[in-house]
Amino acid sequence: MSVEHASARTIEAYARGATGLSDDEVWAVEAHLEVCPVCRDRLTAAVGAGVPAVASLVDAVWSGLEPQVAAAPAPPRRRRRPAWLSRWATPAMVPWLAMAAAVTLAALLLDLLGGSPGPGSSGISPVLLLAPVLPVLGVAASWARGLDPAYELTASVPRAGLQLVLRRTVAVLAAVLPALLVGGWATGVMVAQWLLPCLAFTTATLALGGVVGVTRAAVSLVAVWAAVIVAPTLADGRTAAALRTDGLPVWGLILALGLGVVIARRGAYSVLGAHR
Amino acid sequence: MTIGKDHHMSTVSAADIAPTAYAWEIRADGLRVRAGRTRMAVDGLDLSLGTGVHGLLGPNGAGKTTLIRALATVLRPAGGTLELLGESVDGRGEHRALRRRIGYLPQEFGYYKRFTVREFVEYMAWLKEVPKADIPAAVQRAVERVGLADRADERMKALSGGMVRRAGIAQAIVNDPALLLLDEPTAGLDPAQRVRFRQLLQELGTDTCVVVSTHLVEDVAAACTDVVLFAEGRLVFQGTPDELAAAGGPEHVGDSPLERGYAALLQGSAGERGAW
Repeated sequence: MSVEHASARTIEAYARGATGLSDDEVWAVEAHLEVCPVCRDRLTAAVGAGVPAVASLVDAVWSGLEPQVAAAPAPPRRRRRPAWLSRWATPAMVPWLAMAAAVTLAALLLDLLGGSPGPGSSGISPVLLLAPVLPVLGVAASWARGLDPAYELTASVPRAGLQLVLRRTVAVLAAVLPALLVGGWATGVMVAQWLLPCLAFTTATLALGGVVGVTRAAVSLVAVWAAVIVAPTLADGRTAAALRTDGLPVWGLILALGLGVVIARRGAYSVLGAHR
Repeated sequence: MTIGKDHHMSTVSAADIAPTAYAWEIRADGLRVRAGRTRMAVDGLDLSLGTGVHGLLGPNGAGKTTLIRALATVLRPAGGTLELLGESVDGRGEHRALRRRIGYLPQEFGYYKRFTVREFVEYMAWLKEVPKADIPAAVQRAVERVGLADRADERMKALSGGMVRRAGIAQAIVNDPALLLLDEPTAGLDPAQRVRFRQLLQELGTDTCVVVSTHLVEDVAAACTDVVLFAEGRLVFQGTPDELAAAGGPEHVGDSPLERGYAALLQGSAGERGAW
């Protein structure tokens, strides 16, 4: 937007006490000066050059104020948390994310110390077993009524809804994925093999959460995972079929379905229901 | 025109002087809202509220919180129509534009203990999509209006209960709402703070539709232009505090004319259930 600045004549007349300006011109020039630093500078120059009485008045006021300004206590410079951080993750999520990362690393450490079979064998990889469950906990923490104290406020704001859901989910994944990446690399598991189940469970939590509440969705998905995949795997001592490479298309399908449901039901995250 | 992007909050924008396209800020017609799965907490409410301070009065369990939640658009109506600021609120959509103009203080006001007051109000301003350039000034103004300017850089966990409430009110008004919903805002305020709070309410009520739910009759007498008496999900009475006082006679229980009027009107409805 191009802005018309006050003319030099107007500025000078205003500096001289608005002599020769009509009321509406004074009004307009004052409204403009309020918002225009360029014209304020021009006014300062005009006052300094042509109106010594005003200039000395300003100087006198300033010399009176200066000691007070210097004596005023500086505002406390607390080390502030960066504002961008709270826009991606709530403080309620932090302990859960830390826990997820710690669990991954602990499992990895146990695995390495326990001398489990090396890459390429049919041994159980902890990364495969943990990958789908870890982000689910973080997602639950970012939307749960019992875990996020500001859930009701958050549900009532315009930014609530799909956008905020995705932001927080990205934050969860940003914390969890590096840990899994390290684990996957160390145990020689293919990235897609753990990444797809991980993303599929995350979207499934959100999709189911829109219907029954995110906490319930997270709890039931973790339970299903433990019963259907983890328990048989530990019992048999070999990786379940769903986690081998031939299971990948199924995980991809679940991911796509979950995404579709989340987008179709995006309104659900801005009401209280999803926070149960 | 010099109305640019960098204008101050005090300047009048085109939106401020545009005529409103609605007669009532809040218009409910046969409104039904469910609390939980089955109970209809608001059951056939007809209500029209304009600018001013409206005291929402009723016994515990009358459905005040459910009604306020529906007005904050975090609960979807189960039946009837609800129009807020001229926009119809139904089961669909996220109502982003509408929510930008609503301020809401829930009854269970949750917050992040590690945030300072300023950080918290800033975070809420961001969630409410206040333009980025306006956030610092809007936060400062909101904090000053509730008298927390000198404590603004302290952490929320260091504040007393009354100060936390005031921080809650600050976050509710930070986006200059046209519709302000306060659920039991005077809980935890001491008598002096209550007086100050009523002044703030009167100030806000000059150009905002303020709905204050309370069970304290004296709050209504001091600050409200209008009383809405609500019992068992239905409107029992709507009028000025004087009209409420006139409804009661010496035979009704209560220590003040307003309390006697309140008792008389609730007796007329089915208000005795669950009384003790």
